[in-house]
Amino acid sequence: MQTGTIAQQVRGFIVENFLLGQDTGFNDRDSFLEGGIIDSTGVLQLVAYLEETYGITVEDEEVTPENMDSLNNVSAYLCRKLNITAEASAPGIRESVSGGNV
Amino acid sequence: MSTRSVISADVLRIDPARETERIVANIRDILLNQLKRKGAVIGVSGGIDSSVVAFLCARALGKERILVLFTPETDSSSDSLRLGRMVAESLGARSVVEDISPILRGARCYERRDESIRRVVPEYGEGYKSKIVLPNLIDADRYAIFSVVVQSPNGETKKVRLTADAYLGIVAATNFKQRARKMIEYYYADLLQYAVAGTPNRLEYDQGFFVKNGDGAADFKPIAHLYKSQVFELAAYLGVPEEIQRRLPTTDTYSLEQSQEEFYFSLPLAKMDLCLYGKNNGIPAAALAPAAGLDEKQVERVYGMIESRRKVTHYLHAGPLLVEQI
Repeated sequence: MQTGTIAQQVRGFIVENFLLGQDTGFNDRDSFLEGGIIDSTGVLQLVAYLEETYGITVEDEEVTPENMDSLNNVSAYLCRKLNITAEASAPGIRESVSGGNV
Repeated sequence: MSTRSVISADVLRIDPARETERIVANIRDILLNQLKRKGAVIGVSGGIDSSVVAFLCARALGKERILVLFTPETDSSSDSLRLGRMVAESLGARSVVEDISPILRGARCYERRDESIRRVVPEYGEGYKSKIVLPNLIDADRYAIFSVVVQSPNGETKKVRLTADAYLGIVAATNFKQRARKMIEYYYADLLQYAVAGTPNRLEYDQGFFVKNGDGAADFKPIAHLYKSQVFELAAYLGVPEEIQRRLPTTDTYSLEQSQEEFYFSLPLAKMDLCLYGKNNGIPAAALAPAAGLDEKQVERVYGMIESRRKVTHYLHAGPLLVEQI
């Protein structure tokens, strides 16, 4: 799975769940918190989405802005996570995501 | 000697006599000229904020024109009612106890809350106690993500990070408490043609430490401009019973004792006060840090936290928005 694909999937989730389905064209580098896109409750929803979609377990200490606060950060985190647990998590990966605005 | 100006904790000191006179004059003006109500209903929790508001209202309106209301429920600490009664007795004011547990049971508040807790702690049930807590947000860049702490009937405790569904379910259910309280306050306000006093201090008002249409609802909020330490100064001046002045600020919402610090502010209130003052007055983190007993990085994190809380609080303060002004 490519980083670009992951970023697109996560963008689709964010647009559907936090932006009423309207992609505001936010940049992959933009901070979700600073941009008012996701608050801390939203981060929990993002964590649930990542766990369910990519078959990973996000540990408490991994729920940090460094891993979650932009599309780039999420993609980088997921790539690290999936590489580490590639074999175990690969069957759980779903190519389709909710929403179609990506 | 450093040329950099350093802030002292004394910046928050007020002249309590003068501040009392100012607030009292405002309360009279608000009730007489703006709201046209005959007195004030004050929900008193036994905490310092509501006690100070009761004392101020009694001073402004006379003890015969206030009604002190106690609204305990199943999870309330027994101290809350005892200390609340102490306030009414000190003032010689009328008071009413309304147990809101039946209303809450009718709304399935406890049941819904427990169902939400079971999403992350399946064994949670009869005889268990719980509270939700935040991590330390001052020493590292973290999100304000809640965990639930549960205590089993045999005293074992465990802490589990909440999922979004569980967190929202717990908060939505427990918010019935503040809304049921407000409903009872407005019952008496309607009955007596009184106004409802809100009791938030500045930290709570600014940082959204209230339930929309729950404790956030009121006709006037006479101490919303005061930092918590200033409320303590007023309490001492007004003669609020000492036990109330010494009481640890609590949410009194969850069955396990929960400080406001672990629930919301992540910092002792005196430090949080200074940080809010610093943020409001454009004081650089380095200049504020010594007075707050924090380092520069910690103050920067608190400043960031204040800013993100304000974004969330915007919704809480907003009234119904219209398509056009009418």
